[in-house]
Amino acid sequence: MTRYIVGRIIQAVVVLWAAFTLTFAILYLLPSDPMELQLAAAGIQEDSLAPDQLAAMKQRFGLDQSIWAQYWHHLTGVLHGDFGTSLSQQIPVSDLIGQRIGQTLLLSAAAATVSLVAGSLLAYLATFARWNPLRVFLTRLPALGASFPQFFVALFLIQFFSFQLGWFPALGTEGIQSLVMPVVTISVLTSSVLAQVLIKSFDETLRQPYIVTARAKGLSRSAVHLKHAFRNAALPAMTILGVLVGLTVTSSIVVETVFTREGVGKLAQEAVLAQDVPVVLAVVTIAATMFVLVNLVVDLLYPLLDPRISHTRGRVRPATPEVVTT
Amino acid sequence: MTVTIADVVTEDAPRPAEEAGGRRANLVANLVQLARKPVFLLATLYVLFVIVSAFRPKLFTSFGPYDTYPESAAQAPSAQHLFGTDIYGRDLWTRVLYGSPLTIKATLIAVGIALVVGLGLGILAGFFGGLIDAVLMRIIDVLLAIPGLLLALSIVTALGYGTIPVAVAVGVAIIPGFARTTRAEVLRVKTLPYVEAARAGGASWGRVLLRHILPNSWGPVAVLAVLDAGVAIIAIASLSFLGFGAAPPAAEWGTLIADGRNYLVTAWWLSLLPGVFVALLVLGLNHISKTLQELTR
Repeated sequence: MTRYIVGRIIQAVVVLWAAFTLTFAILYLLPSDPMELQLAAAGIQEDSLAPDQLAAMKQRFGLDQSIWAQYWHHLTGVLHGDFGTSLSQQIPVSDLIGQRIGQTLLLSAAAATVSLVAGSLLAYLATFARWNPLRVFLTRLPALGASFPQFFVALFLIQFFSFQLGWFPALGTEGIQSLVMPVVTISVLTSSVLAQVLIKSFDETLRQPYIVTARAKGLSRSAVHLKHAFRNAALPAMTILGVLVGLTVTSSIVVETVFTREGVGKLAQEAVLAQDVPVVLAVVTIAATMFVLVNLVVDLLYPLLDPRISHTRGRVRPATPEVVTT
Repeated sequence: MTVTIADVVTEDAPRPAEEAGGRRANLVANLVQLARKPVFLLATLYVLFVIVSAFRPKLFTSFGPYDTYPESAAQAPSAQHLFGTDIYGRDLWTRVLYGSPLTIKATLIAVGIALVVGLGLGILAGFFGGLIDAVLMRIIDVLLAIPGLLLALSIVTALGYGTIPVAVAVGVAIIPGFARTTRAEVLRVKTLPYVEAARAGGASWGRVLLRHILPNSWGPVAVLAVLDAGVAIIAIASLSFLGFGAAPPAAEWGTLIADGRNYLVTAWWLSLLPGVFVALLVLGLNHISKTLQELTR
């Protein structure tokens, strides 16, 4: 067991390192002229600089060093919580993210909570319903929710609830009121994804012999559904928690842009527009860290929650349900 | 639940369609079955309509995408202007149709990249197994560790804006799904008796791979390709909505929706109707892929 835990942690660290390296390679090796890219981000024309100024800028961006030296510099920096300096805003990236991450974490946490409740409820009702048309409708509903582009959902909510009814503010971060529509926008997608997995898992659990036993000994349908089926059906859904967290983070890019909330998502959008490479690298690294951490915790907790899975013999991992995400 | 003898017998009985004429007869039977599903037909028709209108927009509209009529600016949807007009008096329905080729091209490139690379990786991993499998699957794990849209965003940062970079970025982001599905299918098919029989009959591994394993593991991958086309459309529209798509005045769907955003109070149709157009397409693709999945099971 200890061996499994240690191995799993090492694996997570390696994946994280590789994800950072991959992103670094994309951002620093793919551009044909990194200098031009970074000068553009800083708002300077390459032609307007004298050769010695160009050399000075090169040194400032660290581009006079070899790619390995740059990589090593960034890697050791990240390990110390230093993501370099933003090219467009000239302040440390860690400060920039520190100012804004609270907003995004609040949004993500609220969206995750809402989608857990809504997704479970939908899956529960869809499998509990007896009237077939209702059952089919509820089962198909998640596919509908996952089909609408998030910016469309957001714009629709703004049009309807802000402009028509005037219930919630269309933009900004003032108060709890402004949080409602962004959270709903994200939850439409994430709860749909969760509900799809849960419904499938419910269907499989309800076919188990112990469910028949529970019914046969006289328990009511709702008691069987809630007490016997739900807990077992919910277990496989735990494995997509990481995916859900990843989804809320990527959703925040679109949602914060539409609702003009000053969070990390909007920062990412602005950074890509300004081609602010260090900021993009930092945001991707942080998102990947969150994703890997959640997956690690789920993997470590899983055997405690489901005694059928043990890691004492060989490496048995719960099968992650295939989820299609953007 | 309870398994009666009748169930077992019917399950084991050979299916007549397959006996009668092999794959082709099976296909015909499947098509007949599909034609009886009204929603599936509707979804297919809509997807076909979008594709046809992308290549022959003149069939469905008499306006030009850049024709401005200042006297009829910002008109609500009507019989003459199905989606209304924008602030320059351009017909929005026409703009949406002329935006289709860009988005469809981007989608095809994205799914094409994911299909080729994902299929290749999946076959290599599933077919050779062992060390190659372990290494390739770890690479896929790493790709999965970076949330899709963020991976796409970093690629766009490096490559610059435009339809092609966005398509490449989205394509790379959906590779893992294809690689995993292909690998799982190849692993499943590899152990089936007919593969063993083909090997015993003297077929080379290459021949077995091309003639026996690939055709039989193709189904779920094709279903995933249809589904991911929908996912790619959303991702591409999101990226162009965020401002990384084609430069104006050319307009992808995402750009149209983003432009309309500023006039949401006075002209809601500018944003919402193109959005409905895109959502219906994605919904149609999802439904087609789901129906095909049920069919192949």
